[in-house]
Amino acid sequence: MEQILNRLKQKIEIKSVINKRADLYFITIKKEHIELVLSHLKQQENFTHLAFLQAVDYIEDDKFQLTYMLYNYDIKVNLGIKVFIDRDKSEMTSIHKLWPHAWQYQRELKELFGIDFPGSPRVDESFVLEGWEEIPPMRRDFDTLAYSVKTFYQRPGRTTNDPKRYMKEKLYKNFAKSPESGRNDE
Amino acid sequence: MNKKDINNIEKEMKLANEGLSEKERTLFSDARPTPVKPLNKYLEKFLNWARAESLWILAFGTGCGAIELRPLMTSRFDMFRYGIAPRPTPRQASVFVIGGYASIKTIKRIVRSYEQMQGPKFVIALGSCTINGGMYYDSYYTINRIDHYIPVDIYVAGCMPRPEALIAGFNKLKMQIKAGKCDGMNKYAENFDWYKENQKRVIKDWNMPDYNW
Amino acid sequence: MNITTKILYAIISVLVATAYGLTLGGIVRKIYARVHGRYGPPVWQPFIDILQTHGKRVSISHGYMFYLGPVFRLAGGLGTYLFIPVIFGSVVFSNFSMAGDLLLVMYFIFFGQLGMALGAGEGGHPYSPIGISRGLAQMSTFEVPFALSVIALAIQYNTLNITTIVAAQQGSILNWTLFTNPLAVVAAMISLLGMNMHSPFSIVLAPQEIPIGPPIEMNSSFLATLQTNRGLFGAAKLVLFMNLYFGGAAHPNIFIALAIMVVKTFLIYMFSVFVGAAFPRFRPEQSMRFFLKWPTIIGIASIILVAYF
Repeated sequence: MEQILNRLKQKIEIKSVINKRADLYFITIKKEHIELVLSHLKQQENFTHLAFLQAVDYIEDDKFQLTYMLYNYDIKVNLGIKVFIDRDKSEMTSIHKLWPHAWQYQRELKELFGIDFPGSPRVDESFVLEGWEEIPPMRRDFDTLAYSVKTFYQRPGRTTNDPKRYMKEKLYKNFAKSPESGRNDE
Repeated sequence: MNKKDINNIEKEMKLANEGLSEKERTLFSDARPTPVKPLNKYLEKFLNWARAESLWILAFGTGCGAIELRPLMTSRFDMFRYGIAPRPTPRQASVFVIGGYASIKTIKRIVRSYEQMQGPKFVIALGSCTINGGMYYDSYYTINRIDHYIPVDIYVAGCMPRPEALIAGFNKLKMQIKAGKCDGMNKYAENFDWYKENQKRVIKDWNMPDYNW
Repeated sequence: MNITTKILYAIISVLVATAYGLTLGGIVRKIYARVHGRYGPPVWQPFIDILQTHGKRVSISHGYMFYLGPVFRLAGGLGTYLFIPVIFGSVVFSNFSMAGDLLLVMYFIFFGQLGMALGAGEGGHPYSPIGISRGLAQMSTFEVPFALSVIALAIQYNTLNITTIVAAQQGSILNWTLFTNPLAVVAAMISLLGMNMHSPFSIVLAPQEIPIGPPIEMNSSFLATLQTNRGLFGAAKLVLFMNLYFGGAAHPNIFIALAIMVVKTFLIYMFSVFVGAAFPRFRPEQSMRFFLKWPTIIGIASIILVAYF
């Protein structure tokens, strides 16, 4: 794995490498390099499987983080490639030419996060939300509760319990220590 | 009543089918559902008995609760002994089991399937999500109260209810049908405008006929 | 006998056959349930189902042929049944049996499906044409061994009259076609599997891929008519097979004769139920090839055997 990363480092700049487990690595690269890195990994290093493509909304940094999860069947290693893109100008290179099934992930991201992938097939079609009119719902500035109250009919009399407190009161009342207080060593 | 009034009433009784393109409008019915009066007392009672003893479920799994319907067919729970049988098409089914949460994408299909069922039709709503939203009460895409979109006869509470609870729900439904209290079909026809308004409020891309007879 | 009493008898006969066919369906469901270790639906469940479907307040039609489809199907069932003498020597249950009725009966077996094809086709649902094309294709193929077997019988007994065929089988169990012409019986019993549409040949209804097949758009009373016909037609087929191959039902006492009929037809039906429980389903082209291969060869062999030996 070290060799793979070294070979990659010769080509482009890798911002950070995180080694979570023996078979799970994450690297962070620049947005422009994504196509180069992915095609290199797929063709030279045999990372043939794109497991998923997901986004995380880091609203505090004004960034989206995209994670391309690859898998190598020869050395049995997962490699996550993280890319940060601007939240306001959220646009990313489409990789449907490398992995044809990526168009589905990209369509999903376009709908739920509003990240555009120009050139990706059927990227503008609705994926699960049919006729959505608000801002993309998985963005963290979208208030789902307010939307739910506004759109759907609430049944009066519904109460919500905080799961943690409720469990403590109902289930662990008779214990000398609640499970939380026993975990001070963490 | 003069002729003009009659014409106006006829116009009001027609549906606009605005969701459809101009070309498709003629392909679908524009007639509103009309309430159907029950037959005379004893005949209706007899038919209600038959309806209660032979419940045909529409085999449309609308959410996580659909998984609770499968064990019902197995040897352990055996719904067939109560005369309950699955039916693959809405034309032939008489009971619609809403299995748990219904997203807007699903409620669109639920409404279409429900309207295609031939009355009298009954609805059993499973799980907390159909009652008040359950754990998805703050979700952006899960409707909170199913009874604002289609009439519901029986709720089975729980998240998820066990198959035993479902059987208890079916037996309760049987008792209600025999008592002649399940009239969701006429309720839907009488409050048609209200139901349609609610449905159109959540289903934004209404690309289907207003009533799927 | 005047025509009024004859019609009255026919009505009684039809009602008995329908009730019997439906009960048979209920019994089979019960047996299946018990094999699965379940309690199972009550035996009279098919009757309640028919009442329930008839009791629908509204129904949807898609045009004239949609109305006529179930009517044709029921006419096919009635036609099949009404020309078969159910109990040999009985006045009430002899129906309208006459010379050459065997050909008429064979025609009526096909007729119902054709009418159904026209009616269900107008429903407009894409699954019904799939079911119909499968049904008609399978029907034309299982008709081949059955027709060959009937031709063998016609040569053997020198007649096309069912009553005469039954009469020729009376006296001893060894007079049954089962023992006098076993090859014809084998060919016909295999085609019965296709006719009953139990498991190896259940592709027409195919509950998993093309839900319910041809009657998918049928609702309310249309469906109830089809269900009624299923009872009647099922009974008619079994009675026909009993008459042609298993000596018919004959006894001076009508109730004992009816009991004989019930036992024999039940056993014939159980044959296809057992085969259905044991075998998985054929694909359409597999079932067609099957019918055109072994049963057809056996049928031809039975004709040769009867004609030349």
